[in-house]
Amino acid sequence: MNYLMTDEQKELQAMVREFVAKELTPVSMEYDKKGEFPSAVWKKAVEMGLHILSVPEEHGGSGLNTETYVILNEEIARGDAGFAVSLGACHLATWPALLGGTKEQIHLYYDTLVTGKMMAFCLTEPEAGSDASACRTTAKKVGDEYIIDGAKCFITNGGLAELYTVFAVTDKEAGTRGISAFIVERNRPGISIGKEEDKMGIRLSNTTEVIFQNVKIPAANLIGKEGQGYKLALMTLDRTRAIGSSSAIGIAQAAIDLSLAYAKERVTFGKPLSKNQAIQFMLADMEIQTQAARLLVRNSARLMDQGIINGRMSAAAKTFAGDNAVKVALDAIQIFGGYGYSREYPVEKLLRDAKIYQIFEGTNQIQRMIVSGHLLRV
Amino acid sequence: MNILVCVKQVPDTTEIKIDPHSNTLIRTGVPSILNPFDAYALEMAVRLKEKNGGTVTAISMGPEQAKNVLKECLSVGADQAFLVSDRIFGGSDTLATSYILSAAICKLGEFDVIFCGKQAIDGDTAQVGPELAEHLDIAQVTYVAEVEATDRILTVLREIDERYEKIETQIPTLLTVNKTAFEPRYPTVKSKLTANRTTINTITSADLDLDLTRIGLKGSPTKVKKTFVPVQRKKGLRIMENSGRQSAIRLVEVLLDAKII
Amino acid sequence: MHTFESYKHIWIFIECQAGTPKKVGLELLSPGRELANKCGEKLIAVIIGENTQQIAKDAISYGADEAIAVTGKAYHSYSTDAYSHALTTLVEKYKPSVLLLGATGNGRDLAPRIACRLKTGLTADCTALAMDEESGNVAWTRPAFGGNLMATISCPDCRPQIGTVRPGVFRCAEYDRSRTGTVIEEDIPIEPYFIRTKVLEIIQSMSKEEVNLEEAKVIVSGGRGLGDPKNFVIIQQLADVFGGAVGSSRAAVDAGWISHAHQVGQTGKTVQPQLYIACGISGAIQHVAGMSSADTIIAINKDPDAPIFKVADYGVVGDLFEIIPVFVEEIRRLHETL
Repeated sequence: MNYLMTDEQKELQAMVREFVAKELTPVSMEYDKKGEFPSAVWKKAVEMGLHILSVPEEHGGSGLNTETYVILNEEIARGDAGFAVSLGACHLATWPALLGGTKEQIHLYYDTLVTGKMMAFCLTEPEAGSDASACRTTAKKVGDEYIIDGAKCFITNGGLAELYTVFAVTDKEAGTRGISAFIVERNRPGISIGKEEDKMGIRLSNTTEVIFQNVKIPAANLIGKEGQGYKLALMTLDRTRAIGSSSAIGIAQAAIDLSLAYAKERVTFGKPLSKNQAIQFMLADMEIQTQAARLLVRNSARLMDQGIINGRMSAAAKTFAGDNAVKVALDAIQIFGGYGYSREYPVEKLLRDAKIYQIFEGTNQIQRMIVSGHLLRV
Repeated sequence: MNILVCVKQVPDTTEIKIDPHSNTLIRTGVPSILNPFDAYALEMAVRLKEKNGGTVTAISMGPEQAKNVLKECLSVGADQAFLVSDRIFGGSDTLATSYILSAAICKLGEFDVIFCGKQAIDGDTAQVGPELAEHLDIAQVTYVAEVEATDRILTVLREIDERYEKIETQIPTLLTVNKTAFEPRYPTVKSKLTANRTTINTITSADLDLDLTRIGLKGSPTKVKKTFVPVQRKKGLRIMENSGRQSAIRLVEVLLDAKII
Repeated sequence: MHTFESYKHIWIFIECQAGTPKKVGLELLSPGRELANKCGEKLIAVIIGENTQQIAKDAISYGADEAIAVTGKAYHSYSTDAYSHALTTLVEKYKPSVLLLGATGNGRDLAPRIACRLKTGLTADCTALAMDEESGNVAWTRPAFGGNLMATISCPDCRPQIGTVRPGVFRCAEYDRSRTGTVIEEDIPIEPYFIRTKVLEIIQSMSKEEVNLEEAKVIVSGGRGLGDPKNFVIIQQLADVFGGAVGSSRAAVDAGWISHAHQVGQTGKTVQPQLYIACGISGAIQHVAGMSSADTIIAINKDPDAPIFKVADYGVVGDLFEIIPVFVEEIRRLHETL
């Protein structure tokens, strides 16, 4: 795993690994059972600066490049993917402004982020998942304000965010070109948090409905121009899907580590499991596929650092990493046998955490549409 | 306040294994760490700086790779760091080491408080701190658990044997630190990046005016005649009866038999 | 090879507190006696503090041939400056060949200070001593690397040879009231401003019993397996039936269940009792480093794979809440039948 990393990347990786092993991994099973967000760990992560790794130095962040970010995000997800998702969602929410917003808007996001407050990206609705264009939340321009009405669901950090990036319809007739992006501060009257999702996995992350009832925001909160929202959302996802899937690599690596340790200890028929070729081959395949997934993700990150946004590469990376995490987690459970099926052992949680990586940030079916779309366009 | 912390890079003695064939220590592959007591001392020093203002300087005598622990110190609150290193320092026992360190410290300037960890987990002697204080002719307090400073007065809580002593002393003083109630802080991503960009200067024998008869093997009154691995405890007796009650009774039986009780 | 004809005799520094000698000083008269016999020299006890006449008599009864005593207001309680001044003055005057001190907190504070002032060698925490009669060199054996390695050290070119020894390594000789010897009173004045530290207050530890862990013959330690701080009461009960002290693993101290003064281990105390009973302690290497020199180790833990069982002479696998009360009962019954 140490290939092609700079000394500084290796040091930062070691530092984050130690932090995760001490502060996150030991408590993740307990919080997973409760389905609760670990505020105490968030506070410590903020102290270390894990929430602003890629925020530019002049805005108070560490200014790390995308490649370094995915290396560190993998370490965090190795401890708990739900926690990594909570961190990642804040960056997801910031991207539309970075891509199309004013300097003041960008400053607002960075200033909020730097203090350790959270953000949420509000695109998904009950009727608009894969088909984000079926968005029903409306933003009506009245004088110098917009009035937002609608309900968003499955919003990561929904109940905890200080700022929401909300996609709403400004022109019903214009289809996808009628959707706009807005900054909505938590303290605007009319915002309520609906039910909290009782999820299969990534249970440390807070996922809720967010309901907007007659929420008035100044016109200056529009990001970019009216009608640019859908494009900003897609551009955001092009950039974040590969980065986010570094968490799936973390899950797969955690599964491999646990399986290795167990296979060496567990004795059946007079010898450790690891002496059986069937198990050895399983472990080898888990490793091979995870290395491949890791490289796809790192490569996407490196391309981004060169200024190249390659939607086909990032969709490929996300698909492969997500599918791999599920498969490796399943294999890990198999290696653990009966104990793998028990909630007292940490492997079944990895499968529950892994599954989302085939679903959110564009399902792997959508990803395949993206890849084939790119291929067939030329 | 001008604060100095003396640190040492040591092998992680909890990871040391014994080669069963040669009956010697396997030292390769053992990770090197910042001596745990020095980490507590540094944290105490940084907190003192944060409360009273000033700077924290970290210093270490060791080979070039000891710069790694100095970098670590820079990432958790030290403002500057110096390595004292030279081939001719090799083989120094605690007396020679403390002599060299005191010369380097005098060269760096005057310090109000000098912190040392109570002992290094490889040598386990706990001698360099007090010997350093003697060379520098300053007061010392050992086994410090807490410290407060007001103007030139230091008030320390000393933890010794089964009690605590509250002691008052004046700067300059050397303090050796046991375990503190607080844990050393984590570095932050930013502080690690800054530490990587900070230069650590090396002080060699050429920079110091040393009496060469007091350094290295020549300057070391204690000589190691031999080292050996202590006899390992032989395998113990396992007691696991059907109930806790029966196990306890069996335990008492075997202890009586072996005349332990 | 150096000859140190002017340096003679074996000195034992007897540390005192409030007019009572610390046991370790008296213990060191035993190896001191052997060293003195081997090189045909005298064994001399050095006492600084209060009530020195009585302590000198005790030292002689435990084997010393003579004693040197220093009293005075400046020496009533320990300070580095006063004691190092007195001891180096005595050493420079009388030139002993060997000086032993107990490796107590103050002993380890004082010994390196004077070794440095006298420009001589100090070997700390020795577990064994031997003497080469011809050269008069002591071979000091001590642990390093957290106890993973033993080293034998000598100080061939400097005098006096100084060493510190932990309490409990040696046992006191038989108290022989009939022994007599000279007690020399030395007056060593010191200007008050030379003493740079002042003790403002002494705070006894929180626990009600005052048995020093480092001098305890029996230690019963509790760890995370106790589950709750109030369960230390059963550890106390077990310690009580043995007349022993209560120790703790780091986990229990970090959890705030007991004060750090009870912690046994690498960042706590190193102990060498006759009997060490570890209850609900997994046996992390850092803990074992602090107690592996115990004569007998008993471990009680419900996890059969706990690493503590690798160092235990007697390992009881089971629920400590069932085992300890019965253990206590059995010992009480035995005491009654005696």
